[in-house]
This record gives sequence, structure tokens and C-alpha cells, in this order.
Amino acid sequence: MNAALALGDDALVLAQRLGEWAGNAPVLEEDVALTNIALDLLGQARTLLSLTGDEDELAFRREAHEFRNVQLVEQPNGDFADTIARQLYFSVYQELLYGALAEGGSELAPLAGKAVKEVAYHRDHAEQWTLRLGDGTEESHRRMQRALGTLWRFTGELFEPLEGLAVELPALHAPWRERIAGVLGRATLEIPEGADRTAWSAGAGRQGVHTEPFGRMLAEMQYLHRAHPGASW
Amino acid sequence: MTTTVTTAQADGHATADPHALAAAFDAAVADEVRIEPRDWMPDAYRDTLVRQMAQHAHSEIIGMQPEANWITRAPSLRRKAILMAKVQDEAGHGLYLYSATETLGVSRDDLLDKLHAGRQRYSSIFNYPTLTWADVGAIGWLVDGAAITNQVPLCRCSYGPYARAMVRICKEESFHQRQGYELLLALSRGTPEQHAMAQDAVNRWWWPSLMMFGPPDDESAHSAQSMAWRIKRHSNDELRRRFVDICVPQAEILGLTLPDPDLRWNEERGGYDHGPIDWAEFREVLRGNGPCNRERLERRRAAHESGAWVRQAAVAYAAKQREAGRAAGHGADQEAGA
Ligand SMILES: [Fe+2]
Ligand SMILES: [Fe+2]
Repeated sequence: MNAALALGDDALVLAQRLGEWAGNAPVLEEDVALTNIALDLLGQARTLLSLTGDEDELAFRREAHEFRNVQLVEQPNGDFADTIARQLYFSVYQELLYGALAEGGSELAPLAGKAVKEVAYHRDHAEQWTLRLGDGTEESHRRMQRALGTLWRFTGELFEPLEGLAVELPALHAPWRERIAGVLGRATLEIPEGADRTAWSAGAGRQGVHTEPFGRMLAEMQYLHRAHPGASW
Repeated sequence: MTTTVTTAQADGHATADPHALAAAFDAAVADEVRIEPRDWMPDAYRDTLVRQMAQHAHSEIIGMQPEANWITRAPSLRRKAILMAKVQDEAGHGLYLYSATETLGVSRDDLLDKLHAGRQRYSSIFNYPTLTWADVGAIGWLVDGAAITNQVPLCRCSYGPYARAMVRICKEESFHQRQGYELLLALSRGTPEQHAMAQDAVNRWWWPSLMMFGPPDDESAHSAQSMAWRIKRHSNDELRRRFVDICVPQAEILGLTLPDPDLRWNEERGGYDHGPIDWAEFREVLRGNGPCNRERLERRRAAHESGAWVRQAAVAYAAKQREAGRAAGHGADQEAGA
């Protein structure tokens, strides 16, 4: 499997989800911050997809089963706690992954070196909000704990080996868990218990198997481009 | 304005002679001296600024809605990135403008409450829907274009914080205008369907854009005083004509028709004359009967209300941190004292 495509799909799909927040955030500063993160991810996606082919062909003309993103990033935004939990899980993963890639000598090293700085900001943003929500009010604590639990079953997939990638993803699982546990501890939250993947033997996002909301997300993202075959924009 | 009035305040004479203060204020404004937040200013001047700046800030954030409507459907990744960056800029404009308004002694929360209660306005243009992708281009070209024409003179507004905010905002608005123009150009030169989409968008956005300059001069309620205060520098009709003169040649290059059969060059004036504007529609939209008034406000309220628990959490967390900091600080003081 093409590793750049898989990582590009992660970034593209999460950018698309975060783009849904624009104008709907709890405070104006978060409209700016979430769109900023979406823009960084979209930039990463464009670079990564272009290593494989035409970025728009790949983004707009593939079917759902041809996307290789992890299921975590396609999960709907939910409430602000769901979005922050998704951001926390994913940005800590991406920071470890890009950090390791940047140190290696693969073709993804230069991109990872640039992206790791952006991702450090994304991780900091997610961490700050995890602290505020976890140690804020009773309601925010409850919502954040629930969101962490709901998304937990999508975290195991992040660490499955990815063919062609210069980084051993399973080796990042322990440091990831340690960092997440550290942040949650400071936020007075508990690390979720229970399975970190679903029991479906068909596989998950990296194998092109996605969740129901993904099809609707793609339908919205792709319809205009597909309605005008061959047009340029 | 730092010399006369501020010195008077510093010397404690601020309350002594209201007439002298008013005279000094008028003289400063007439001399093009910038008024700053700590300077004395007439209540009516302050009220006018709060009204206008709040309306401007609200327009930036309500204006995110019609454009954000197309972020998830943008037809290429490049266009998606440009649109996201634009919507992010508008949120940023909202932030600077709320901060600038806060220098007049009001709070953002209070202004937002007034917006949500329908007691402060936002620009009527955002009560029109974005029905196709081409609307994103038409908004950039025409709506941001009209906004720039209105706002460039505000960079010299007598109130310092507003003028400075406008300098920064105008730079970004001119990017938006060019990007919108370029989007329309790509459509106009694209397939017949894309061209038709662009023409349809311009047909729908042209007249509302002309209405953005406000009622004709003989009906404009606030103009004369605002001109005297150097908040406003040109009349509504003057700015509207300037805008039309800029757009006509641009429309020609775009290969799109402006939907006004009466639009023609006036040799004598050296500018274009446009046909009659439907002011009845303008007044109706202002009154709340535009196509999207209800949706825009509902959406804004919904975002605000569903974010209430998040804002409360941030406040509670900050309070706990302060408390913890104070406890730690006390400990340190005591140790130092001991
Ligand atoms: Fe703006
Ligand atoms: Fe703009």
C-alpha cells in the first residue's frame, strides 16, 4: 500500500471534518483556530496526495473503499468535546509519526519536518482544551470523558503496520498511550478502558473499510467536482 | 489626539468645562488628529462609533455563514484552501473589530447578546443565499469589492482603533476581492455550464451589492453628522458610483453581463450611470424579510447556545488555575517573608 496516500487521506478527511466547524464554533477564537488546523491539514494532504498522482483526481474521483484513511478521522464532529477528543488522539499520533519520519531518510522526511511544527501546535491546542474541558465544569468533564470513551475504539487502528512507511507504527503505541495518559491525568480524566478496535475481521480504514458517516461526507465533498466531468475550477 | 484634552484630563480639569472639552474635540477632529480611547469624546460620537463598529464586527461573523456553506463542497482542493483561508480571515476581522469596539467601554459578550436579540444589525447583504459555487466568486468580487470601497476611507476615520483595524482588514479584503474575481474568471472561461453558473450568480448579487452603500444621500439618516466627525468621508451615492465605475470594466474582462439595461457611460460626469435601485426590497430585507434573515440569526444563536458549556468550562478552568496560582504565590510570599 502507498503510505503517502494513507497519510494524505488522513489529513484530507480530518481537514474536511474540521471545515464543517467554520462559523459554528463556541467562541470566535475557535473559529479561527479550528480553521487554521484544517488549513494545515489540507496543505499536508495536498503535498502527500501529489506524491501519488493528481490531488483533485484522488480527492474527488475515488470511491469510499479506495480511501485509506483511518476511521478515527472520518468520525462526525459531534459536540466540541468529541472534536477535541478526536484532535487529541490524532494530533498526538501525528506528532509522534511525523517526528519519527522527519528523523529518517525517506522521501517523506522533508514534508514531515515541516508538518511536525504545525502538528505540535495542533497537539497543544487539543491538550489545552482537554485540560479546560476535563477540569472545567461538571458538565464539560462528563462530556469530555464520554467523548474519549466513544472514540477509543478507533485508536487501535492508528498503530497497525503501514506497508512502505519508514516508521514502525506499532512501536509508537506505547509512547502514544503514555502521552495521552499524561494529559488525561492532568485534566482529571480517565484513560478509557475497553477494546481499542472493533471486532470486524474485514479490517478498517487502512484496508478501505469505512464507517457509515464517511459515505455521506464524501458525497458532499465530491458532488460538485463530479457533476462537471473534465471541468477546471 | 494627545495634546489638549488628554492633558486637561491628566491635570484633573476634565470635568471643569464641558464646553471647552467639546470645542477641543471639534478642533482636533477638524485638524485630522486621531481620537484615542482615553481622550474625551461626546457621548453621541461614542454611541455612533459603537453602533457602526458593532454592526461591522457582526457583519464579519454573520458573513462567514454564506461562504462557509461551500467549504465542504469546494470543487478543487486549491479552491477549498482559498475559501477556508477567507472564512478564517473573516473570523479574524470579527476579532479585531470586537476588540476595537471594546476600547469604547463595551464588551464583546454584550455586543453578541445584542446581535442575538436582534437589537444590533449586520450588513443586509448576508441575508441573501449562496445557491451555487459561483456565488462564492460573486461574493468575493462584488461584496468584498463593495466592502473595500466603503472601508478604504475608514482607514482615515477619526477614531484611532477603528482606523487601525481597517488598515489591516482592507489588505485582506483586497485579496478576497481578487480571489473572487479569479474564481469567476475561471468559471466564465470554463464549460458552458460553468459560464452560466457565473452569470446567474452575478445576476443575483449585483443589485444587493449596490445596496451595500446604503440609502441614497437625500434619505441617509446618519450621514451628515458622521461626515462632520470624520467617521465617514464620502456620501453613499458617491461611493456607490465609484464602485460601479470599478466594476463595469472588470465585468467586461470577465465576459459577464451586469444585469442593468440602463447602465451607460455618462460623458459629462466621466462615470457610469446605473438604473434605479429597488429600495423597497432593501427596506424589506432590513426589516427582516430577506431570504435568509431568520436562518442567519438562528444559526448564530444556535452556535452560541450550543457553545455555552464550553465557554463556561474555560471560565471555570481559568478560575481554578488562578486560585492555584494564588495559593502557590502566597506560599512563596510567606517563604520570602520568613
Ligand atoms: Fe472581512
Ligand atoms: Fe472579506
